[in-house]
Amino acid sequence: MRFVDEYRDADTAHALAAKIADLCEPGRQYKLMEVCGGHTHTIYKHGLEDYLPEAITLVHGPGCPVCVIPMGRVDDAMHLAAEPDVIMTSFGDMMRVPGSAGSFFDAKAQGTDIRMVYSPLDSLKIARQNPDKRVVFMAIGFETTAPSTAMTVLRAAAEGLENFSVFCNHVTIIPAIKAILDSPDLRLDGFIGPGHVSTVIGCRPYEFIAADYGKPVVVAGFEPLDILQSIYMLMLQLSERRSEVENQYSRVVPWEGNRAALMAIGETMELRPYFEWRGLGFISHSALRMRHEYAAFDAELLFKVPGVRVADPKACQCGEVLKGVLKPWECKVFGTACTPETPIGTCMVSPEGACAAYYNYGRLTRTRVKEASRS
Amino acid sequence: MCLGIPGEVIEFLPDQPDLARVDVSGVRRVINVGLLVDEPPKPGEWVLIHVGFALSKIDEEEAASALAFLEGIGRAYDDELAALAESRIE
Repeated sequence: MRFVDEYRDADTAHALAAKIADLCEPGRQYKLMEVCGGHTHTIYKHGLEDYLPEAITLVHGPGCPVCVIPMGRVDDAMHLAAEPDVIMTSFGDMMRVPGSAGSFFDAKAQGTDIRMVYSPLDSLKIARQNPDKRVVFMAIGFETTAPSTAMTVLRAAAEGLENFSVFCNHVTIIPAIKAILDSPDLRLDGFIGPGHVSTVIGCRPYEFIAADYGKPVVVAGFEPLDILQSIYMLMLQLSERRSEVENQYSRVVPWEGNRAALMAIGETMELRPYFEWRGLGFISHSALRMRHEYAAFDAELLFKVPGVRVADPKACQCGEVLKGVLKPWECKVFGTACTPETPIGTCMVSPEGACAAYYNYGRLTRTRVKEASRS
Repeated sequence: MCLGIPGEVIEFLPDQPDLARVDVSGVRRVINVGLLVDEPPKPGEWVLIHVGFALSKIDEEEAASALAFLEGIGRAYDDELAALAESRIE
């Protein structure tokens, strides 16, 4: 099995798994949600679910920023890209996300000037080099990438650049978690908190989950052992009837977050009254837009954006997957009509989407994995 | 895009102190370190990079384990490295 073959700390993993099993109360079922797509990836790749007792189910959350972009916003971005003299710039992850009339890749193939960039600073450079063009950056991501967009806008303002703007689709993680907690579909026992988002926002914003909803949260790192350790910490809290926010990833995540990053976001962006999330619907105060002081860099004000709401394809069940109600393989089109090569839904597009992660790694069945790890 | 990738700080650009040259798996590129103003990294130290910005300082051991995680991911990390190799922010 992968885990045993590749991971140097297999013994520690087995020991942790045994301690986790000891904490399970007989007859009780536990549902723990990992919020972050990076964690989903580790869980599937290393078959971590097979290390856990049957009583524990890991539920995959909405923390893949590409996956939660609704079709209407993709269509809006395509509309922007087609405006005269526009160069649209985007992270590679976004290029294959389907809108109702195809993806950025499709539009690029048909001659629209859409360029893949690694950083918003690359977009800024393209703007400097093309003063007669209008360069738009397709900004997506949670609080992990929002500071980069904010810093880039601050830089553009300092340089007095007039041909650079941002189509802002940044989302914030806390309202999404709250929407899931308030959803009647799902009863969760605790959360494996996102790692990289927390380097920016810190651990304090999760305290309402522990205080108001009585659920433990453990911010976790990305290695298999980090995740097992975090599950152990969650189970220990549950067995001791505690609900607190704990930081398993303190070697990277400071409790208070990154002050400079939060200040850059606060300086340039503000919360939208509401924003549509794929699968979760409209969530209040769950996304960021440019502050009016930075209107000169706001593509939504500089261009006419249709803003039409587009329903997801009927066959696609990304919504249920993002909420953790369905496992990827329970979706009607998983692995048949919807594959990483020809994705219908966003969860299959991004390598951190639950469907893509499961498609790539989830081929081993529980029984086969157990047999392999014994041999 | 969502991946945090570890890089070793090589040097700061002389006239742009918020920019630093880093080494990521052998790829040397310039990134922005302006988000670490409270605790600026020194050459030889490691940072976790998101889309061209250093978000946190990490120690060498954490850098090694982050790298092992990323190399295990395969294509997503290859794509990220390829994108970084194309990046020219300076």
